[in-house]
Amino acid sequence: MSYLEIRNIYKIFGPHPQRALEMAMAGDDKDSILAKTGHTVGLSNVSLSVERGETFVVMGLSGSGKSTLIRHLNRLIDPTSGEVLFDGTDILSMSIPDLNTFRRAKLGMVFQRFGLLPHRTVLENVAYGLEIQRINRTIRHQRARNWITRVGLGGYEDSFPDQLSGGMQQRVGLARALTTDPEVLLMDEAFSALDPLIRADMQDELMALQTELHKTIVFITHDLDEALKLGDRIAILKDGMLVQVGRPEDIILSPVDDYVRAFTRDVNRSRVLRARSLMTPLSLPCGQAVDAIWPQVQSDMRLEDILPVALATNGSIAVMDQHEQPVGILTRQQVIDAISV
Amino acid sequence: MFPEELSLPLGKWVNRFVDWLVVNYGDGFSAFADSLLILLVWLEQILRGTPWWLVVLTLIAIGFHASRSWKIAAGLGIAMIAIGSLGLWDKAMQTLALMIVATSLSVAIGIPVGIVMALSNRLRAVMLPVLDTMQTMPSFVYLIPALMLFGLGKVPAILATVIYAAPPVMRLTDLGIRLVDREVLEASRSFGASRGQILWGVQLPLALPNIMAGINQTTMMAISMVVIASMIGARGLGEQVLIGIQRLDVGAGMEAGIAIVLLAVVFDRIGQSYGKRAQRSKPAGDGA
Repeated sequence: MSYLEIRNIYKIFGPHPQRALEMAMAGDDKDSILAKTGHTVGLSNVSLSVERGETFVVMGLSGSGKSTLIRHLNRLIDPTSGEVLFDGTDILSMSIPDLNTFRRAKLGMVFQRFGLLPHRTVLENVAYGLEIQRINRTIRHQRARNWITRVGLGGYEDSFPDQLSGGMQQRVGLARALTTDPEVLLMDEAFSALDPLIRADMQDELMALQTELHKTIVFITHDLDEALKLGDRIAILKDGMLVQVGRPEDIILSPVDDYVRAFTRDVNRSRVLRARSLMTPLSLPCGQAVDAIWPQVQSDMRLEDILPVALATNGSIAVMDQHEQPVGILTRQQVIDAISV
Repeated sequence: MFPEELSLPLGKWVNRFVDWLVVNYGDGFSAFADSLLILLVWLEQILRGTPWWLVVLTLIAIGFHASRSWKIAAGLGIAMIAIGSLGLWDKAMQTLALMIVATSLSVAIGIPVGIVMALSNRLRAVMLPVLDTMQTMPSFVYLIPALMLFGLGKVPAILATVIYAAPPVMRLTDLGIRLVDREVLEASRSFGASRGQILWGVQLPLALPNIMAGINQTTMMAISMVVIASMIGARGLGEQVLIGIQRLDVGAGMEAGIAIVLLAVVFDRIGQSYGKRAQRSKPAGDGA
């Protein structure tokens, strides 16, 4: 069983969701349910599983239900129907005190508009999670200071949130979520409110932190580029329904429908595709032996880095795994085709 | 003519109810009235017994603490001295005592009610029309039953003032808590904060500017009740206005009126300054 599992979640917004739920289960679409019952379908039959240590990105446009979905993982929202399992434990059956204990121990969350406490300093904000756990002041301030330095805000401990720029405020948000050392980090459009350069910085920083911390991250975004950059796996939501789940390459190379294809059209493919997803594997019968004089690339190398190698050669390229063993073959033409589609 | 059959003898019922209250619970009411009276008289004696310059200095100090501005503090001192110059110092102290007790009682009742209103939509739906009634019902309508229950004097005056003055602090406490940013609340919940931790750590501190505005308005409304309160035997500046009207002594009435306005200005400036401080990003409790 996966670490984090969501099974057949339905969420209907409105005072009397029962009839709308039945209609949604019968497969009626969002608009006709709204017209007939006045109830909005937030999520319809969503099932997902997230592995431990994975960065899982949920992508969708506004109204697709992605923010509703992430709030089911810590029960900020309860589903109308369905199950949410955390390491095998059903969190929907927890009482409020148990739920709070669970949230304190396992979860950290980062918000789109930061959700910082405006009347507290950076230090007090970052220490907030530990304060809720009634950890004593010296310890919580010490841990908070560590994280403030880690996210590059040393010297701002006594500033108030409104004295900081958006990017710095989100660093506070990130530090606050990490200070309690949670197993799971929930990030709800965490970088969407930041301008592009700062956003790219924060993405790099998150990836750097993740290589060290190996948290399980569930990241919500409306930006496919961000999803492809950060995600080990990506789920695409549309109108409260799951459209496709897969690795970034799967989404680009084999979109399940026109909706996903439309998204992927403007993506910079050379940054997403890697040698391993384009190559002809050696294990196939049509594969040929690798020649020692061919140029070599690593299997996880991105297309943009392979391109100069491909342009410099006329023949084939050998693809090597992390043990320097050949695993596949790429041709110059394959590389050019992959970029020009 | 409106048909006789549809008439509603509401007046009779209310009379019977008040009679029943007086007969059965009269003792309880007077015990409550006595304790309130003891508090009020004690405060009044302190204020009237304190030398005038000490009262003025204390108000200047409070004004400076609230506003951190010598101009405002000095203005408050001048206003208080002006009240003394009009020969109304003693009356003003009586009014002040009445106001402090009535406002404290309003705030002590109002903030908890406001909190509960913010947490429960159902209670809010019940309370809003009640608050409208409290504010628009002519005060004489409840002054008379209050007289029957508590007798003539200061206690019914305080209660009438509380009924009239408590709604703003209830409304603004409710509003302040409801205006707290949803994402901040979600953040707090996502870290596993209990309801108490959310209320004390997030909702109340963030609602504080609105609550302070509510306390300020409550104070202003309490002052505006002093004239009416004097009609049922509360002494003070209102009594002076009443005497002025009865004797057609326009000058005396005007003097007392000006003193009431000055007192109101003093409390408004203090209240507003505290409100502004609460609005800054620093916690209001800081640097106290």
